[in-house]
Amino acid sequence: MTAAAVVANRIDAAWSALDGVPDPEVPVLSVRDLGIVRDVLEHADGIEVVLTPTYSGCPATEVIADSVRQALVDAGLGPVTVSHRWAPAWTTDWISAEGRRKLQAYGIAPPSGTAAAAAGAAGTIRIRPLGVACPRCGSDQTERLSAFGSTACKALYRCLACREPFEYFKPI
Amino acid sequence: MNAVAGSIRLNLTPPVRYVLRIADTCLIHAQRLAEWCGHGPVLEEDIALTNMALDLVGQARALLAHAGRLEGQGFDEDQLAFLRDERQFFNLTLVEQPMRRSSAHAPGGDFADTVLRNFLLATWLKALWTRLAASSDSDLAAIAGKAVKEARYHQQHVGDWVVRLGDGTDESAARLRAALERAWPYTHEMFKRDAVDVAAEAAGLGPARDALNDAWQTEVAAVLAEAQLAVPADTPFTSTGTLGRHSEHMGFILAEMQSLQRQYPGGRW
Repeated sequence: MTAAAVVANRIDAAWSALDGVPDPEVPVLSVRDLGIVRDVLEHADGIEVVLTPTYSGCPATEVIADSVRQALVDAGLGPVTVSHRWAPAWTTDWISAEGRRKLQAYGIAPPSGTAAAAAGAAGTIRIRPLGVACPRCGSDQTERLSAFGSTACKALYRCLACREPFEYFKPI
Repeated sequence: MNAVAGSIRLNLTPPVRYVLRIADTCLIHAQRLAEWCGHGPVLEEDIALTNMALDLVGQARALLAHAGRLEGQGFDEDQLAFLRDERQFFNLTLVEQPMRRSSAHAPGGDFADTVLRNFLLATWLKALWTRLAASSDSDLAAIAGKAVKEARYHQQHVGDWVVRLGDGTDESAARLRAALERAWPYTHEMFKRDAVDVAAEAAGLGPARDALNDAWQTEVAAVLAEAQLAVPADTPFTSTGTLGRHSEHMGFILAEMQSLQRQYPGGRW
């Protein structure tokens, strides 16, 4: 194998290993599903994984960096460094189609996928948010119970049709 | 007995001051919001206030780390937060005013003050982050590009509350009106242009504060109109927190916020 092919194989292996690293707060999603892995680079002194934080104050940031490092070391790809890249800022539009499907199946309403396009038109208040479809019964007759939820990235809703509460992954 | 940690002293160049004004405004506002943890009027608001505090702490951490790099003596975000004296903090005076607790000398402390202050600040920060995202300083631009999304969500949430209280019962409207009268004189400082602003503007580092005035006035007036509230008249008072000259409340906040690192230098857990 050429040196370039060896590097390509190691990078592919690193991406595969990252499929197995769950988000600690939404464990149904891997860090790749979440769209926070921005790059995997091979340097002379090892592999560098470039992550982007979801929210400025997300308390899971350090845990995720540790899990990523550990997963790659376990896959025999060490030494590994993890760095953070802030720009461009993470958006829920980067959650993969597979990630959206997993969220839905897990009972969390996925974000729109068009947050970036909607951002410019966002108003200063939104007393009546648009109907978010219930991940259980599909009804769009839902109401928001709480703008903030159990983690920085979610809000709490209730379905008026099936009466079940559910979480909504806020589009940003 | 541990030695008490001494204060650090910064080389306060105009860019360092400019970044610290924003960082300290986020940090002290977050510290005040955190006082609500476990005391919110309803569970949903307890969670909301602490979530907003968390975003603000994250923004402050990134900005303080950056201020440390610009300052050049190698101080990190923790040293900047916990080992500076009062006169080296440059937050807006508004954010250090009592929020949850009140006293005879500092009226307020009801939920309307919290709602209103959050709204005035989220609107200001959103306008600031929007412009700062085009900063010539790429780190600052990256922090702002992220923070603007958070500020937008905060503004919508607290804007809803301004309308709910202002256009609510006679009691809620009276309380919000009183909160607005108390906070309004402190908003003058949000738009006061000085040499630090001029230098930042000239270097492309970020906007001068007066450049935020039009966007802020427009959005605040629109939400206050929706809430059936009149925009208060301006007063001659100007607060001076951004110059490092604070109100009597600042020392108490710092005493609480810094006590652990002062007594146990470098303490970690």
